[in-house]
Amino acid sequence: MDLEEQGNISRLVASGQHDRMVAILGTPNPASTRMVAMTLRDGDPSYAGPLAGIPLGLPVYHVLEDQVKQRIDPDVYEYEVGPMEFVLDRDGIINALQFVREAKAA
Amino acid sequence: MIDLKDKLVLCLGERDGIAAPALQACVESAGAEVIYAETQCFV
Repeated sequence: MDLEEQGNISRLVASGQHDRMVAILGTPNPASTRMVAMTLRDGDPSYAGPLAGIPLGLPVYHVLEDQVKQRIDPDVYEYEVGPMEFVLDRDGIINALQFVREAKAA
Repeated sequence: MIDLKDKLVLCLGERDGIAAPALQACVESAGAEVIYAETQCFV
C-alpha cells in the first residue's frame, strides 16, 4: 500500500463511522494480502507511511473468502471475479489473513 | 459470515489481482456502500 493511499484511508477513517467500515481486498498473493491487512489493522509495519504506529483496527477480508463470496450475487461474482478465483493462490491468501487475525488476537 | 449490508466498504484492488471496480460491483450487490475504491499498480 503506497503512502498516498495510506493518507487517504487515514483521513477517511478519521472522518467518522469507523464502526461501519470494512476493507475488502483484491490483492494477488499472500505477501501483499498480509502487508495490506497488517497496515489496516495494526498500522504500517514498514513505519514509512502515514499509518505508521496507527492501528485503525479495520475488519479486513479478501473477496476470495467464502464468507464474503456467499454474500455477493453469484452472477455478479462470476462476471467480476470469475476465473481469477482459480488463478490466484486462494488458500495462501486466506492463510495470510488468518495469520494477521490471530496475531491481532494474541 | 460477514454481513456487508449497510457497511461502508473500502475496496482495495490490485492490478495483478482483482481491480477495485470489480470489488465495488461485488460488494454493492451485497448491499454495501463503497466509500473508497482504488486499484494499486506496482509495475
